[in-house]
Amino acid sequence: MTTNFILAPILVHMFTAILLLFFWGNLRAQKLISIVGNTIAFLLCIRLFDLTLKHKHLLLQAGGWDAPFGISFISDTFSAIMVLLTAIVGWAVGIYSTSAINVSRIKYGYFFTFHFLIMGLLGAFLTGDIFNLYVWFEVVIISSFILLTVGGKKMQMEGAIKYVTMNMLASIIFLTAIAILYGITGTLNIADISMKIAQVENTGLVSITALLFFVGFGIKSAVFPLYFWLPSSYHTPPSAIAAIFGGLLTKMGVYALFRVFTVIFVPDDFTIALMTTLAGLTMITGALGTINKRNIRRVLSYLIVCHIGYLIAGLGLYTEIAFTAAIFYLIHDVVVKSNLFMIIGVIYKARDTVDMYRLGGMLKDYPMFSFVTAIVLFSLVGIPPLSGFWSKIYLFQESFGQENYFLLACLVFASFVTLFVIARMWSEVFWKDSPKPLTEEIDRFKNFPKSGKFALIFPILFLAGVTLCIGLGASAVFELAGQAAHELKNPSIYIDAVLNKN
Amino acid sequence: MVILVGVLYGAGVYLMFRRSMVRMLLGLLLIGNGANILIFLIGGITKGKAPIIAADEKYFTDIYADPIPQSLILTAIVISFALTAFAIVLLHKVYSTTGSDDLDSLNIQDLDI
Repeated sequence: MTTNFILAPILVHMFTAILLLFFWGNLRAQKLISIVGNTIAFLLCIRLFDLTLKHKHLLLQAGGWDAPFGISFISDTFSAIMVLLTAIVGWAVGIYSTSAINVSRIKYGYFFTFHFLIMGLLGAFLTGDIFNLYVWFEVVIISSFILLTVGGKKMQMEGAIKYVTMNMLASIIFLTAIAILYGITGTLNIADISMKIAQVENTGLVSITALLFFVGFGIKSAVFPLYFWLPSSYHTPPSAIAAIFGGLLTKMGVYALFRVFTVIFVPDDFTIALMTTLAGLTMITGALGTINKRNIRRVLSYLIVCHIGYLIAGLGLYTEIAFTAAIFYLIHDVVVKSNLFMIIGVIYKARDTVDMYRLGGMLKDYPMFSFVTAIVLFSLVGIPPLSGFWSKIYLFQESFGQENYFLLACLVFASFVTLFVIARMWSEVFWKDSPKPLTEEIDRFKNFPKSGKFALIFPILFLAGVTLCIGLGASAVFELAGQAAHELKNPSIYIDAVLNKN
Repeated sequence: MVILVGVLYGAGVYLMFRRSMVRMLLGLLLIGNGANILIFLIGGITKGKAPIIAADEKYFTDIYADPIPQSLILTAIVISFALTAFAIVLLHKVYSTTGSDDLDSLNIQDLDI
């Protein structure tokens, strides 16, 4: 169905950001506008998701120029899932930020940048044009640069240098790949490229372009061996920012990989072998990185790397079931990772440290909060019936089916290390007694006003609730992921939709 | 032109491997410009044929210059300009907080295990 509605969430975020500019000095107004804008966009995203499921896909040819001449925006099942996830996490983190982000950061335009970041993410998920995707990527990374560096402490600056350099490099590689792709096909519309690339005779050049895309998106989604910028930068900014980065930014790279390697390129044996091997190595290195870290935010950063490996493994196995498992895992991972960063933010507020050895006694002081955290941690490990469990089973099954025992070993290893690390985190942070006496100065959380506490706890409860729903309603989510996987495995559905062949 | 692209990429990569942050940024800029020229080159250069359909025609009858690579480059230049401006300010800030231009001295946080 052709509709302008597809742009609505993007525009709402843009206008919210612009409106925020007029209230630059007024903190209360900024918070209020941000929450209202976020809520409207959240509702619109749900509607978009609903409409997409009903009509199979939504389409907009910008400016009335038919594909492949104009820029197409398309929302198929996979895009709609990503948009919904962005909306859920963006809404939760937006509310969390009103209480968690300190005054000086808000004064330097935190909310303004935050809305542009979400706008960029939504745009990247909805566009059907490869150069437009590049532009959305740039919108996202420049917003993320600002969020990462604003209020810069020394440690933040160090992380930012690595982050900025690697992301700029990744963008240039992506641009180079687009250049070559345009040179050999003469079009930028993803669906149209897919049609034309099949007729290109110079298959060597096509493979090289595919690898350039893989490297470019691989850097952005932190795939081995180019992941090292992530653990050294993601633990430096405040928790709210880390939550949105950890949950969504790397997943944008994964989304682009899925899109490019299903619609445009059909990976040959070499690319498949490369993907599964790199996925396995990403899991192993990410898992090993977590073991010797004391800072719980660094542990979590390495866990992100480790679990990116699961997603790439799903892509590398390249069957419909593997895609389904990967998408299911993606849904679960975005919600859980964002939530964990926010939980750590609350722990930091309550204990003034994120060092595992100096934390403790959370279970005694905050039993309800600990219970919610336990649900989130258990679902990250994948204890049935929580959400992490179902996707892992199918990934295991697929690697067995394809007799890829290296990948299977990596999956099992990464799962065990995750279990070990989470168990250690639970016992160190929540179970054991606090190693130092708690004074009023340390526990800043207790002195928060009621509304502030609510703004911190409500998003965590909300995301934990979503996690529970994913776990308990697994069959519905599985059906959804299956439909997205079916569309990815049969790119002709996507192509026909964009080029209006039906 | 092809050689120029190669030189820009090569010099850029070389500079990125240096330890100095300023050289690294210059390297990124060179690769970025290399990518722009690559788009220009690979899009096929045609001289002096504007892509305008004559009033009495319905479609192109002659060979014409493809305008898309130029618009792509224009977009890419604007984006890289903004990123460069940001990166320069960032480098300045890093230099004033750490007092060093050496990338290897930026690993303090990785030591705290």
